[in-house]
Amino acid sequence: MSGMNRQGRPTSIANTAHGGTHNTFTGNKALELEEALLFEIDNPGACGVDLDEPEGYTSRLGNLARQGRIGLPSVSEPEVVRHFVRLSSKNYSIDAGLYPLGSCTMKHNPRLNEKMARLPGFGDVHPLQPQKTVQGALELMYELGHWLKELTGMPGVTLSPKAGAHGELCGMMAIRAALIARGEDESRSRVLVPESAHGTNPATAALLGYKVDAIPANAEGRVDLEAFKAKLGPDVAAIMLTNPNTCGLFERDIVEIARAVHEAGAYFYCDGANFNAIVGRVRPGDLGIDAMHINLHKTFSTPHGGGGPGAGPVVFSEALAPFAPLPYVVKEKDGSFRLVESEADAKADGTTPFGRMTAFHGQMGMFTRALSYMLSHGSDGLRQVAEDSVLNANYVLASLKDDLSPSFEGPCMHEALFDDRFLKGTGVETLDFAKAMIDEGYHPMTMYFPLVVHGALLIEPTETESKQSVDLFIATLKDLARAAKSNDKARFTGAPHMAPRRRLDETAAARKPVLKWSPPAPAQAAE
Amino acid sequence: MSDIRFTDQHEWVRVDADIATIGITDYAQEQLGDVVFVELPEVGKELAAGDEAAVVESVKAASEVYSPVSGEVVDVNGEIEATPAGVNEDAMGDGWFVKLRLTDPSELDKLMDEAAYAEFVASLE
Amino acid sequence: MRYLPLTETDRREMLGVIGVKSVDDLFRDVPESAWRDGLVDLPRRKGELEVERILGRMAGKNVAAGSVPFFVGAGAYRHHVPASVDHLIQRSEFLTSYTPYQPEITQGTLQYLFEFQTMVAMITGMDVANASMYDGSTGCGEAVLMAHRVTKRRKAVLSGSLHPQYAEVVKNLSDFADYELEIMPPALPGKAEDIASRICDKTSCVVIQTPDFFGELHDLRAIAEAAHAKGALLIAVVPEILSLGAVTPPGEMGADIVVGEGQSIGNGLNFGGPYVGLFATREKYVRQMPGRLCGETVDADGNRGFVLTLSTREQHIRREKATSNICTNSGLCCLAFTIHMSLLGEEGYKRLARINHAAASNLADRLAKVPGVEILNRNFFNEFTLRTPKPAVEVVDALADKGVIGGVRASRLLPGVKEVEDLLIVASTEINTEEDRAAYEAALREVL
Repeated sequence: MSGMNRQGRPTSIANTAHGGTHNTFTGNKALELEEALLFEIDNPGACGVDLDEPEGYTSRLGNLARQGRIGLPSVSEPEVVRHFVRLSSKNYSIDAGLYPLGSCTMKHNPRLNEKMARLPGFGDVHPLQPQKTVQGALELMYELGHWLKELTGMPGVTLSPKAGAHGELCGMMAIRAALIARGEDESRSRVLVPESAHGTNPATAALLGYKVDAIPANAEGRVDLEAFKAKLGPDVAAIMLTNPNTCGLFERDIVEIARAVHEAGAYFYCDGANFNAIVGRVRPGDLGIDAMHINLHKTFSTPHGGGGPGAGPVVFSEALAPFAPLPYVVKEKDGSFRLVESEADAKADGTTPFGRMTAFHGQMGMFTRALSYMLSHGSDGLRQVAEDSVLNANYVLASLKDDLSPSFEGPCMHEALFDDRFLKGTGVETLDFAKAMIDEGYHPMTMYFPLVVHGALLIEPTETESKQSVDLFIATLKDLARAAKSNDKARFTGAPHMAPRRRLDETAAARKPVLKWSPPAPAQAAE
Repeated sequence: MSDIRFTDQHEWVRVDADIATIGITDYAQEQLGDVVFVELPEVGKELAAGDEAAVVESVKAASEVYSPVSGEVVDVNGEIEATPAGVNEDAMGDGWFVKLRLTDPSELDKLMDEAAYAEFVASLE
Repeated sequence: MRYLPLTETDRREMLGVIGVKSVDDLFRDVPESAWRDGLVDLPRRKGELEVERILGRMAGKNVAAGSVPFFVGAGAYRHHVPASVDHLIQRSEFLTSYTPYQPEITQGTLQYLFEFQTMVAMITGMDVANASMYDGSTGCGEAVLMAHRVTKRRKAVLSGSLHPQYAEVVKNLSDFADYELEIMPPALPGKAEDIASRICDKTSCVVIQTPDFFGELHDLRAIAEAAHAKGALLIAVVPEILSLGAVTPPGEMGADIVVGEGQSIGNGLNFGGPYVGLFATREKYVRQMPGRLCGETVDADGNRGFVLTLSTREQHIRREKATSNICTNSGLCCLAFTIHMSLLGEEGYKRLARINHAAASNLADRLAKVPGVEILNRNFFNEFTLRTPKPAVEVVDALADKGVIGGVRASRLLPGVKEVEDLLIVASTEINTEEDRAAYEAALREVL
């Protein structure tokens, strides 16, 4: 037949001369849209809000009224919305794909939690309203504290720290306060921190004036018990240990470590960053821990938001609980809730708070989301969280043991650690391997951390990945490992090839820092 | 025989009369990668052997530079402060860090000579 | 469980690949003494509807600020947040992304952080700003530590009109880090505070808040000069960041570090958090700054892009020598701030500030007419302090019973300080209508 469909659209795939890779006029690539800085779309006269000029008032600014232009851009609402939507399209997210960043627990963020945090009764209450007008908010804090205490088997809790590092600081302050109360602050000046610890641990200890003493790891990726015991002494204030540790392993000797720490008169701080692996299954209180922070933005799934906000409540043992900082919530006999905000109130309560970590009462928005998450899962669901996260990680470890190089014998906990031995002689480094994952549609794993293995690749799939998703991830890594070993170097060293940006020049950024936009210099007037 | 001495922390020191010029070795700059920032001591500061003399930073690392010998700081290299890339380009020459007026020349005897340092570096690979 | 995709079949297959019989085998490193077979003593899982019922009931017990005439400030302010702000920050790509450690696939976050830093530097009148702190109070503590590093001195002097909880945060940090601190006695509006005489050659910094805890505005020029003459830094604290739309910024008055609370722009009250700490300083101090910094650069193809930079200051590289232990900060709150600021723009930001000033000025005029009430302030922005003829604790309580949330009694944050027992700190923003102000005046007349 002939003459059919001559006027309509062609239905076969056209041959393009460019192979789909020519430079476009706009710089856009279909759905991938370039976006200028806000300051470059400034259009004086435009505005994204409608506000009427106030009239009929007496100025009380004295001689302090602002003069001159600030330099902020003027942009209408449609342009603002488009600007930020275009920016958002340049981000990878958990909602879009697997995000295996070890130690970061990038799990699904249930939207119910967002909805709950936005209830006006939580989102639209002021921290300094009369307490009788915020009884439900205080109840929520009390309830969250109860869940955290039950899940950890620890008798004390503070909610106020604003993030994990702030929680560490809080826990170490409680330890120091206890030592001061014992009259041993002067004599105990050393804090033991394993080599594999997060950088926040030594930074926190140093902030409090402690000397940081590194404990070596043994061949199994755990604290070397003998080396650790040798370092204990009457001048040790505390040990800061992550468990499960940053190699993704459970510290087998933890009970023995706790016993030795206490025998030496020191305290045991546990970094709870990896609590996800054991929540609902193992209680840190049963391990002999004195203080542990919990990243609500990891284990209890408050969204990471591009780097915060988080929340870092701390649970305490009997010995440290009285030193927990202000404020805290108590439940009265009549069922009402009271916020203890001052030292005088605390004294009447018989506690000796060490001070205050922050203005107001902590990250309420995160508390609501975390409690919503806890209520949804329940004791049974949370135990399943730990089990599935550990199962997914071990599945990755077992499936890739012949393709990548596992650093330690399994089983691992919720994350699997590999190093770069499998890349030896390929000319491909850990960084290149990770960047090639971007082209495959994945966010890379945590790289070069922990420092105890060479070229570390730390993979945490989390429990919210399906088997199908993990299988595809495993298959992708196998393919990449095969490509690296078969000299397909270009796939790696130039990667990513398909992301919104290629590799960025961090050296130039650090040598001549440009930390804000500046108006372009006016053209030089002709001489 | 070379007048240059090395430490196992990868600093070098070259002595001319009583003035010791100190820098980091070529091996050290290679390990660090692109140097982006250098922090130098104030002229007039007294340093003992093993004291922190300077800080050198790449994008991903910061390292202290320890003084191999004791003395008073008499000069610092403003060039590498302004253009840290100079450390990568000529670590053993124009990329020097500080000059000290030496107080105890005998300290030099404890340091490695060029051959010993080369052997030491080879043992690290 | 609706959030857990693995099925029993999946689990069995996966255990087979791993080569173990049960998931218990994967936990075999857990010491026997800590082994638990049963569940912890907490309720079982619940469906969405049930969770909504439980939390909805708790939320219902609180008086939402938007439901009553509402005049509370003292470091957190209720403003109208445009609808597009909350819509945009809930986009998955912003909400569920991590710290931008892989710049090739996080340019969205990095670019708005760069815009955020630029805006914060602009409104504070400073050279550079970081990518946020947890909030104003913790930022204030970090600023003091930074001043100690810059000046290599160990003593800070805090104004007596600094928010008392900010002062407590600084005190706590100073105590534990073994630094010296002098906190001036509470300084009420109208009473000059002789802080300049407290500065000596051991002082690293002076901390002044404006508008201060009692709402009073301060001209910082003289104190900046006095501090600099002794080699000390001036740290200016601005808990109501909207004020800078109407008031001369600290950067133009000689401040060396400006700390702000950014909650007012784009962020709700949230019962105290999460908020967003703003932190700005002079270019020459940038390497002593705490927190993340985003910088401009180019990619391998020469296209403009952004990266986190000067990271060697931070804990993940410098460990015990870091400028701060901060890691996670307030990313999403920065985004809300940046979007709201974009909507406001130059004209909107300034006009909103004027509207706030007018609202508070009108309220002050009204309340000053109530018999026995005295307004202490001379210069203020959107907050001022009332002296009431009765203890403020009774006044606040009685007002709440009449459905007016009338402010914060100063004695709540300064317990035991006699001279503040009859002081009520009152804020008024664009959310208050003329009817709200009339209701406040009427209620106050009734309770006094």
